[in-house]
Amino acid sequence: MLETKNIDFYYGSFHALKNIAMKIEDHTVTAFIGPSGCGKSTFLRLFNRMNDLIPSMRLTGECLIDGEDIYHKSVDVAKLRKRVGMVFQKPNPFPKTIFENVAYGLRVDGVNDGRFIARRVEESLQSAALWEEVKDKLKKSAFELSGGQQQRLCIARALAIAPSIILMDEPASALDPISTSKIEDLIHILKKDYTIVIVTHNMQQAARVSDKTGFFMLGELIEYDDTKKIFMNPEKEETQNYITGRFG
Amino acid sequence: MKRIIEKVIESLLTISGATTGIVILLIVVFLFREGVGFFSHSDIESGYVLCVNGKNPVDRLTPEQIKRIFDYEIDNWSLAGGNDEAIEPFRMNDLSDYYSDEELGENYEFVPEKLGEIIGGTPGIIAFIPEQYVPGKSEEVKVLSGNKLKPADFFGGENWMPTATPAPQFGLLPLLTGTLWVGLCAILIALPLGLGVAIYLGELANEKIRNLLKPTIELLAGIPSVVYGFFGLVVLVPFIQKAFNLPVGETAFAGSLVLAIMALPTIITVAEDAIRNTPQTMREASLGLGANHWQTIYRVVIPYSISGISAAVVLGIGRAIGETMAVLMVTGNAAVIPRSLFEPVRTIPATIAAELGEAPHGGAHYSALFVLGCILFLITVIISISAELISKKQHQAQ
Ligand SMILES: Nc1ncnc2c1ncn2[C@@H]1O[C@H](COP(=O)(O)OP(=O)(O)OP(=O)(O)O)[C@@H](O)[C@H]1O
Ligand SMILES: [Mg+2]
Repeated sequence: MLETKNIDFYYGSFHALKNIAMKIEDHTVTAFIGPSGCGKSTFLRLFNRMNDLIPSMRLTGECLIDGEDIYHKSVDVAKLRKRVGMVFQKPNPFPKTIFENVAYGLRVDGVNDGRFIARRVEESLQSAALWEEVKDKLKKSAFELSGGQQQRLCIARALAIAPSIILMDEPASALDPISTSKIEDLIHILKKDYTIVIVTHNMQQAARVSDKTGFFMLGELIEYDDTKKIFMNPEKEETQNYITGRFG
Repeated sequence: MKRIIEKVIESLLTISGATTGIVILLIVVFLFREGVGFFSHSDIESGYVLCVNGKNPVDRLTPEQIKRIFDYEIDNWSLAGGNDEAIEPFRMNDLSDYYSDEELGENYEFVPEKLGEIIGGTPGIIAFIPEQYVPGKSEEVKVLSGNKLKPADFFGGENWMPTATPAPQFGLLPLLTGTLWVGLCAILIALPLGLGVAIYLGELANEKIRNLLKPTIELLAGIPSVVYGFFGLVVLVPFIQKAFNLPVGETAFAGSLVLAIMALPTIITVAEDAIRNTPQTMREASLGLGANHWQTIYRVVIPYSISGISAAVVLGIGRAIGETMAVLMVTGNAAVIPRSLFEPVRTIPATIAAELGEAPHGGAHYSALFVLGCILFLITVIISISAELISKKQHQAQ
């Protein structure tokens, strides 16, 4: 379970997240929606401490995974990131072969067993619904794949290290409709084994894939509830306006 | 109107591109044309001939043999393919040992005749004399036909003595090995250091340090090479001499060090740019999979920026191989094949710079320097091509 309490986040003097509290259950899909620049990505990246890379950042409040404060001094960030995988907005495969892309997380973890790696690579590619398309060209550069295939490769890459949580930041925004629906189907299947948090600008997508939805605006979490409720009968007027404007 | 301007600009760009190409081509053609002429020169100093006794069976001598005969290293004809007979080298100034000035005539008109007598009367003689004094045709005197300079003697020759008489020695090996030796050691020093600094600047240094160091290093790239040469001469050379207890400090090692220092700014700047150009999303992807900073650097950042890094290497090597002034100042300029790092050497560019001014225009020495230029050119071409191939291979493997 993911939980945040009184999260405040600053980029230098800019107050990007304001007093956010949220609970996310295991094996659910949670969507973050809201206007551009409202802090969705910033919030999402708290959970794998990707914001740590920004020198000017400052954080107060608590961010817990299964009750453990992931910002505690004793936490090994690399280990945390093995539990919390991430898929980015633009497909970003490594300049390596398809096989090595998927094997990457295992290799940096010090796994040497070639047969284990090969099996895990195949499983991950199968889970990401990419195996059939690439099984004959595992030794080819990942850059030779289409954008949609590259994004599924990035998902496979995240699955290979067996995380329990997967963060997706607009994973389909750079893709065509067919690739997008493939990714959405995939999210449905992955939900069984993973907790998924997804940022999206596509209201239909949020409605289709998620169990819960959080609506953000200007660094605040305006409303967070079951997806059905948010889309059919939101409490707050801002949510209503944003959604109707978006479905327009 | 706009169309016309676009057309004009387009043709201007085309013209400038074409001109650059043609100029480069012309330089290369010029270099090679002058160089090829080298092999049509005679291997004996022009204007002179070598004569032996008419009964001597030897018809030809290599430049190397001629040199060693006149250095008294070969002292018997049997060592040069002739009979067992002591060799007696003879030069024009030896003439006064045989005849007084009066006997030679007021205008030296009797010189050919007297030379004929000497050569005819000394079975083991080899005489190096000006063409105009060659004795008239007779049984007693044989003129050794001069050979054309042979590529084999040039590329395999172990001596570079372009002003030696009677036979100048154009042996490439000492210069080539000197160049490669100095260049190779320079790059072995500069490459790890340069890449290290580039990685530090690109990945580890904080903004403040970077903003201070980067411009400073870029500034270093602009310092004229003579200044580096001075620094090497005044600081490095005495230091090396003391530290390694050598007779002289001007050594291949001093050259390599100065070159390494000179190549560093280029390597650092270019490699650092390549490293910084690795997209942030690449780093995030790697870190997001649980890799630490170092794993991210050597598994993702370096492979991603490999073509930029190999460009840095090529530019660095290019600078090291082609650099003239600084090397000329600190390597001691002895054209011998180096056996260790701590001996004086001489590089191809230093040779060209030092000798072109004094080589008579159109002579064998002059053309030889052009051949050296061609070789330098070929070396850099080979380096660029192999770097290109390496970075291509890397990309295919990825
Ligand atoms: N590295 C940074 N340094 C300073 N400010 C930042 C940085 N990253 C984001 N911000 C600011 O923080 C705010 C939230 O950014 P964030 O990327 O979280 O928005 P978002 O909701 O994901 O937007 P989008 O939908 O466009 O992706 C924005 O106003 C942005 O300008
Ligand atoms: Mg975002």
